[in-house]
Amino acid sequence: MIYKFKDELEKKERFVGGHRLCAGCGAGIAVRGVLRALDEGDKAVISNATSCLEVSSFMYPYTSYEDSYIHSAFANAAATCSGSVAAYESMKKKGKISGNFKFITIGGDGGTYDIGFQALSGAMERNTDMVYVCYDNEAYMNTGIQRSSSTPRFADATTSPTGSQSYGKVQNKKDLTEIIASHNVPYVAQTTFMGNFKDLHNKAHKAHYTDGACFLNILSPCPRGWGYEASKLPELCKKAVDTCVWPLYEIENGVWKINYIPKEKLPVEEFLSMQSRFSHMFKAGNEWMIEDAQAYVDMKWDKLLKKANIN
Amino acid sequence: MSIKERMSGNEAVAYAMKQVEPDVMAAFPITPSTEIPQYFSKYLADGQVDTEFIAVESEHSAMSACMGAAASGARATTATSSAGLAYMWEILYVVSASRLPVVMAVVNRALSGPININNDHSDTMGARDSGWIQLYSESNQEAYDNYIQAYSIAEATRLPVMVCQDGFITSHGVSNIELLEDEVVKSFVGTYEPDNYMLKENSPMMAGPFATIPYYMEIKRAQAEAMNTSYNSIENIAKEFAKISGRGCSFFEEFMMEDADCAIVILSSSAGTAKEAVKSLRQEGKRVGLIKLRVFRPFPGKIIADTLKNIKTISVMDKAESFSGMGGPLYSDIKNALYETDEKPSIINYIYGLGGRDIKVEDFISIFNDMLNGTDTKDTYRYIGVRDKRDE
Repeated sequence: MIYKFKDELEKKERFVGGHRLCAGCGAGIAVRGVLRALDEGDKAVISNATSCLEVSSFMYPYTSYEDSYIHSAFANAAATCSGSVAAYESMKKKGKISGNFKFITIGGDGGTYDIGFQALSGAMERNTDMVYVCYDNEAYMNTGIQRSSSTPRFADATTSPTGSQSYGKVQNKKDLTEIIASHNVPYVAQTTFMGNFKDLHNKAHKAHYTDGACFLNILSPCPRGWGYEASKLPELCKKAVDTCVWPLYEIENGVWKINYIPKEKLPVEEFLSMQSRFSHMFKAGNEWMIEDAQAYVDMKWDKLLKKANIN
Repeated sequence: MSIKERMSGNEAVAYAMKQVEPDVMAAFPITPSTEIPQYFSKYLADGQVDTEFIAVESEHSAMSACMGAAASGARATTATSSAGLAYMWEILYVVSASRLPVVMAVVNRALSGPININNDHSDTMGARDSGWIQLYSESNQEAYDNYIQAYSIAEATRLPVMVCQDGFITSHGVSNIELLEDEVVKSFVGTYEPDNYMLKENSPMMAGPFATIPYYMEIKRAQAEAMNTSYNSIENIAKEFAKISGRGCSFFEEFMMEDADCAIVILSSSAGTAKEAVKSLRQEGKRVGLIKLRVFRPFPGKIIADTLKNIKTISVMDKAESFSGMGGPLYSDIKNALYETDEKPSIINYIYGLGGRDIKVEDFISIFNDMLNGTDTKDTYRYIGVRDKRDE
């Protein structure tokens, strides 16, 4: 299948405008991209964890979705979707329903890495035929930028603020993509918004049309939480990838593949310096923070290269 | 033709579940309800039932999966006890507010603190304000009968229903039972055809919106209205069920209540013990009787007040403490219901049986004798069967 961005954009939107997400927010872009990768004619049931996305896209009595959609609570999006999948399989077998449905669960990093992790792990372990999409903006943005287990070390968040005795979050970001890969599900991928969205599109399409549990982790920056100008979103995503802070890779049936290796791996400062949440790292005397962040990125990148059998 | 069998309450519910054959069953192990998914899994393994079973990783996920399944247009069910029900708490409210007819078998067990695996009603009493219809069962037979009726009630009212029975006492106690034939059960529950559901062809559905100040209150009011008008459905379905089974009552059973001066009001299995006390005192010519509630939510306050208003003294038995400082939950509702009557009987509250503490026929006899002998009606908040300093 040859990917043509223009053709894709001409498809009927399944996530329509009028929602209340901020300008420069990654969540809506992630959802649009994932839903665009569904083949025309296929229907979808979207299960959404409580999140910025949920409160902004389904505020009674308005909706941004053309497909069926369910929100129940914060921790249970994957379990709710498991119920829908079971209903589909049961009712289809009994001839009660027709049509081809795809099941998509969407959560932010709080609803995925943290409070929704148990339900997610359960659904993955059961190899439930769904695509779980995490739009990862690296903190609890809906409640006011509290740190999550996805928040990177040194980030200034409201429950890990910088101060005279604090340099921001202490712990490194949880590697959820790798944890889900350890569930041995058929397809796991990490992506973000790059250029013509080909990487996101292909991964979402593969996830939709692979039987069993699939997981997409999409780095989805948040202008309020990260502190960047809305117009800088594409550049910021590109920097995340070119610095190897957020590598683009996939694990298909246990085989690790890096989808993009930067020609020149940029220093981590180029990503960090675009965001106010890391501004304290650039003050005199805090050079060690940048060195620490660089060392962590280098270590993770080297490990990833080894997993993908690249020397 | 009914089938005479011997089985435990858990097996009876699992058997009813097999006969109803819901589309989705999701459950997580917990004592003492876990035999229900075990029996059901065996039916599945032997090809006797056509249901998707989800062995979820928690009760929170069990109720969530039921919500997802029900919103998708499926009949969905689960079973749980105690901490499992507590863990579902958040989603109980979402399911009822979403008006999804989920049916849940609850095997009552004490809530933890300290942990205890035996029977009391603290789990479901804690969930009494969650917008679920609650049916309580005295025996394995009633658990079976209530579980079958629960689908019809839930689908008629678009409210979820929990069917409660007492942990170990009836859930594990094996006794005689009359089962209906599969076709009779299937025809009683019929096929489930909701108006709207997520998998409806060419008709997407949205569930679980963010309801802001201009909308939330109307949604809650509509839910209350559904509960307020569910009495008719519960009663009609009970009457229809009586036609096929020859069994059952609508809201509560009146036991030897004709001309009674004193009565006990009680839920579930201890009613059987209390009935023995009533029979024995009646033989001595004492005018005593018993009311056993089947339906606790919605509370059948008006008709129960009508039945109780001419009783001189009533003892309300609560197998749960509510820590209100004013007695247990059943007592509060009975007293509330009787406030509107002119007669205003004296009402005593006994907290009993917490964490599986046994209550015997003699205990009920002493409760009746206290009432018959003119008990102190100002001392209304009592415990029975508990050791305390006054007994030393």
